[in-house]
Amino acid sequence: MILKYLIEKEFKQFLRNSFMPRIALVFPTIIILVFPWVATMDVSNINVSVVDRDVSTMSRRLSDKIAGSSYFNLTEYTDNYKQALDDVEKGKSDIIVEIPQHFERDLTTIQHATVQISSNGVNALKGSIGSGYLQNITADFNADLATKQGVTVSTPFSVNIQDRYNPTLNFKLFMIPALMTMIIIMLCGLLPALNIVSEKEIGTIEQINVTPVNKAAFILSKLIPYWLMGFIILTICFILAALVYGYTPKGSFLTIYAIAILFVLVMSGIGLIISNYAATMQQSLFMMFFFMMIFMLMSGLFTDVRSMPDWAQNIAFFNPPRYFIDTMRSVFLKGGNIADNIHNFMMLSVFAFVTNIWAMLSYRKQV
Amino acid sequence: MKTLLSLIIKEFKLIFRDKWTIMILIGMPIVEIALFGFAITTEIRNINFAVLAPQHNETVRQLVERIDANTYFTFVGYLDQTKDIDKAFRKEKADVVLTFKSNVGKQEASSKGVQLQIVTDASNPNTAKTESMYLMGILKDYFSKTDIGAAGVTSSVRILYNPQLKSTYNFVPGIMGLLLLLICAMMTSIAIVREKEVGTMELLLVSPTRPIFVILAKMAPYLTLSIINYITILVLSVFVLQIPIVGSLFWLSVISIIYVFLALAIGLFISTVMSTQVSAMIVSMATLLFPTILLSGMIYPLENAPVILQYVSCIFPGRWYISAVRKIMIEGLPLHYVLTEINVLIIMSVIMITLSLKKFKHRLE
Repeated sequence: MILKYLIEKEFKQFLRNSFMPRIALVFPTIIILVFPWVATMDVSNINVSVVDRDVSTMSRRLSDKIAGSSYFNLTEYTDNYKQALDDVEKGKSDIIVEIPQHFERDLTTIQHATVQISSNGVNALKGSIGSGYLQNITADFNADLATKQGVTVSTPFSVNIQDRYNPTLNFKLFMIPALMTMIIIMLCGLLPALNIVSEKEIGTIEQINVTPVNKAAFILSKLIPYWLMGFIILTICFILAALVYGYTPKGSFLTIYAIAILFVLVMSGIGLIISNYAATMQQSLFMMFFFMMIFMLMSGLFTDVRSMPDWAQNIAFFNPPRYFIDTMRSVFLKGGNIADNIHNFMMLSVFAFVTNIWAMLSYRKQV
Repeated sequence: MKTLLSLIIKEFKLIFRDKWTIMILIGMPIVEIALFGFAITTEIRNINFAVLAPQHNETVRQLVERIDANTYFTFVGYLDQTKDIDKAFRKEKADVVLTFKSNVGKQEASSKGVQLQIVTDASNPNTAKTESMYLMGILKDYFSKTDIGAAGVTSSVRILYNPQLKSTYNFVPGIMGLLLLLICAMMTSIAIVREKEVGTMELLLVSPTRPIFVILAKMAPYLTLSIINYITILVLSVFVLQIPIVGSLFWLSVISIIYVFLALAIGLFISTVMSTQVSAMIVSMATLLFPTILLSGMIYPLENAPVILQYVSCIFPGRWYISAVRKIMIEGLPLHYVLTEINVLIIMSVIMITLSLKKFKHRLE
């Protein structure tokens, strides 16, 4: 079994450089410990400046209602719009609510008044969610007014909201499975991309080329160590998530490991293909870096694939991490099983097959 | 001076000989800014909603029609029983389910009114939040439609700086910061370490040129490339992504050049500390790529992070650059709003250059 010796060689090469095993441990630890705290797009603390030009009971009541809402922090209550705008420019405030002069008088006489909401659109998400909430608050304010005046709203109704799978809307629960994916992309994609090309650069590839080792055995000997590494890293991530955040998947580990087998194969396969084509490590690094950015930024890891324009979604269709992240989130949060994610399994199988066959074919024994 | 010039020419030749690398270095920012400028967006659209109602009477049908007419929502069908909600979520057929409790017709007549429940798939908290917010708005609108006669406040919404609420406005400064930093720092560090690894660095160092010249010559092609990158990124964001440069182009360029310089200095420093290309790359990734994506406000607003991490973020240059670009390019604020950012970037550059020169000399002895 020549494969056995080749694999043994790979392990020796990996462990000889003390830097690599350490990175494989430290890297996941830091990412799991630090990044969930940062990677939150929580929009619950929206800072509001109220510009009250009326200063009446009504205007106070409206601004109290805004301040009392759990979504907003009232950072400024002023009668000067310029000052409020200054706050927005300095980043102290996100939204300005302007209550016009004669607000109370207009409401009682002509039954109508308009409030101006100006939100900082640079952070589009905050801008749109913030102004949406504010509009809901004014609707509530109207309903209060109506009841106070004795006018019954024609159809009373009550709504309760149930946020399933993540009732506290905790962003960490959403991000941790994705961050684990990021670690796998980094380690199981990048390191193989450097592997063969580094043998080319050092010159040891010549020695392999003159032996009767066939292509398949050679590529397999390169793949299997990364495969094992992927499993170990993933397991470290699970242990950390359970210890630090008390977060364990709702579904079964079996589903996760099953999809991980495919995903690690795909990533290492892509790495090896690049490694085969590149002449120097520098080329291979730049190329892999280019793909990594696409893997990370267009896979739904940070922003939802469904928010992308259609053409970008078509590109994302060929983005393997997307299917892995989908499954990870489904298993962790919703308790999804293989049947629920069958589409993802199929896509990744196809990718795994294509990339690894390609990796085998593109490895040439001649220089 | 002449030696420096010939060294610089040598470095340029060295880089331009490698067609692949050049193509990647110039092409990568173009492809990435175009891709990400459009693709990284948090805009929530195409929300699939399903309805669970014991009876499909007039109210239910009207409401479904009303919600379906909204640009954000698409009606995917009625569910038969509560169990189906879970199934629909897991198969990703629906994102939100509106459920009507028992008999809607009778409820309307009763004093308690219509009782509804919005069930969201909250695996993505923000989507869930937006979904229920929009739905609430539609419901409120629907049920209070008939109460003419009551006093009312209407609100008109105006969006400052980014009237169409395009996410690109938020992300392009971030992508600029990320690409410039990575291309300059990572590429420089790897290029220099490569010479060490291959052994050609020794040759350069034993030659009668001064070490500072060697360093400067190494930086020159990358500085040029970075400036080309800066220009292409800017041109693309203005003409392809249609983000106007509201503020001063001059100051934007000044800040960018300081930033590029800092990035080169960081690359230099990494190269003096690391000895192999792989380790140099991993260190650049770990100290530059991830902190810039996650700790500089590129995608995730910094104010959401715990205070300690907000302090930690101060040591990453991307944070300052991105904030400065946002202020000048998008918000069009005058220079004095970004003085802190500029100063921090300058101080960082000075520190990095001093450190790496010191390290570099030390290595020679």
